[in-house]
Amino acid sequence: MTQQTAVQEQQVASKTVKFEIQRQDTPESAPYFEKFEIPYRPNMNVISALMEIRRNPVNAEGKKTTPVNWDMNCLEEVCGACSMVINGRPRQSCTALVDQLTQPIKLEPMRTFPVVRDLVVDREFMFDSLKRIKAWIPIDGTYDLGEGPRMPERKRQWTYELSKCMTCGVCLEACPNVNDKTNFIGPALLSQVRLFNAHPTGSMNKDERLATIMSDGGLGECGNSQNCVVACPKGIPLTTSIAALNRDTTVQMFKNFFGSDHMVD
Amino acid sequence: MSRESDFYLRRLHSLLGVIPVGLFVAQHLVINHFATRGEEAFNNASNFMGNLPFVLFLEWFIIYIPLMFHAFYGVYIAFTAKNNVQRYGTFRNWMFMLQRITGVLLVIFIAWHIWETRIQKALGTEVNYDMMAGILSSPFMLVFYIVGVLAATFHLANGLWSFAVTWGIAQSPRSQKIVSYITIGVFLVLSVIGIQALLAFV
Repeated sequence: MTQQTAVQEQQVASKTVKFEIQRQDTPESAPYFEKFEIPYRPNMNVISALMEIRRNPVNAEGKKTTPVNWDMNCLEEVCGACSMVINGRPRQSCTALVDQLTQPIKLEPMRTFPVVRDLVVDREFMFDSLKRIKAWIPIDGTYDLGEGPRMPERKRQWTYELSKCMTCGVCLEACPNVNDKTNFIGPALLSQVRLFNAHPTGSMNKDERLATIMSDGGLGECGNSQNCVVACPKGIPLTTSIAALNRDTTVQMFKNFFGSDHMVD
Repeated sequence: MSRESDFYLRRLHSLLGVIPVGLFVAQHLVINHFATRGEEAFNNASNFMGNLPFVLFLEWFIIYIPLMFHAFYGVYIAFTAKNNVQRYGTFRNWMFMLQRITGVLLVIFIAWHIWETRIQKALGTEVNYDMMAGILSSPFMLVFYIVGVLAATFHLANGLWSFAVTWGIAQSPRSQKIVSYITIGVFLVLSVIGIQALLAFV
């Protein structure tokens, strides 16, 4: 048994994994591809492969190079930091298993965002957008406001699905309308508006959030290509969120124009 | 350029595409269908439509102004998209791209169509069956018109789908799928009506 394992290990060691990685030295410099060939290990993911390159930064031509830079944090697909374009599709590199990918495995940064270096992108645009849409529930007062209204359990269940969003940026990368010609905040951020407007306390400011997505870069920029819902690694019903907000803003338009006593309820 | 009004312009674009432009297209194709009943029937229908009371007012407010807004704002929308059907070859992503391609194509086709018919009428030529038969006697123009009609029926049918989504009528994936099937039906019916009318001139 041990002998067999040793043989297997030897075979495994002779096996390699091929990578083509898009490098970029500075935010302004031109990108270029660099090839790597690294020893195969069972159950490798793209991150462990990148770690191997960092340990031994030698490219496929055998020349010493700079280690490839990438972002990572949780390693269990809940933080979104390690998102990149793998074989043409944006996704998290922690859950991209080498055994399931065709080689050479092509890694590129998500160019919808400004590239910092190699595979590292700056996702600040999304975090700024979260502030714009007021993606929080205001509960502070000068005195104890007490308990908020009760949330129906069935509503909690579907809003929980929306709360799985990790602001990874994959849906923005997949969307044809998030680009440098538009200011579109992207599907993930719209879905967050639905999430916070669905909350009984959050809905007390729902007209403010709707006003934000009825302005520059908001809901109007959606062209219904529905790529976002296909791309989302968390299976969030983004297009349903968008359609729900379309209905909410239609009603809000009437309220704003003709007047209403029900702006926030 | 301030884009603060983009949301309202988009909604206006969606609304005008259906009312009145979409309704006009459907009506236009139906009236054209008189051609299948012969030259006289078509000329009578054409004279009736061309001599409606307040025809200039109707033309400007039901057709030209809404159509021009829809066309020019639509071109802006089409050229701000970065299509990626190679990456996501889904049905909806293809529809998204085709909606933009047919839109740009229609701007060209309709400009040419208005030049050939309405502007020629304003310059003194009579618009009748013979005129259309003359235009469509060229195989190139016949193909151009068939492509133009199909682009228009596709753009209208798919536009009805996005109208239902944009205004929040169809929210659930199931309802959006049902609306898809209905609009595919609209596309087929209007295409048959339009192509039959064209072939009646050949």
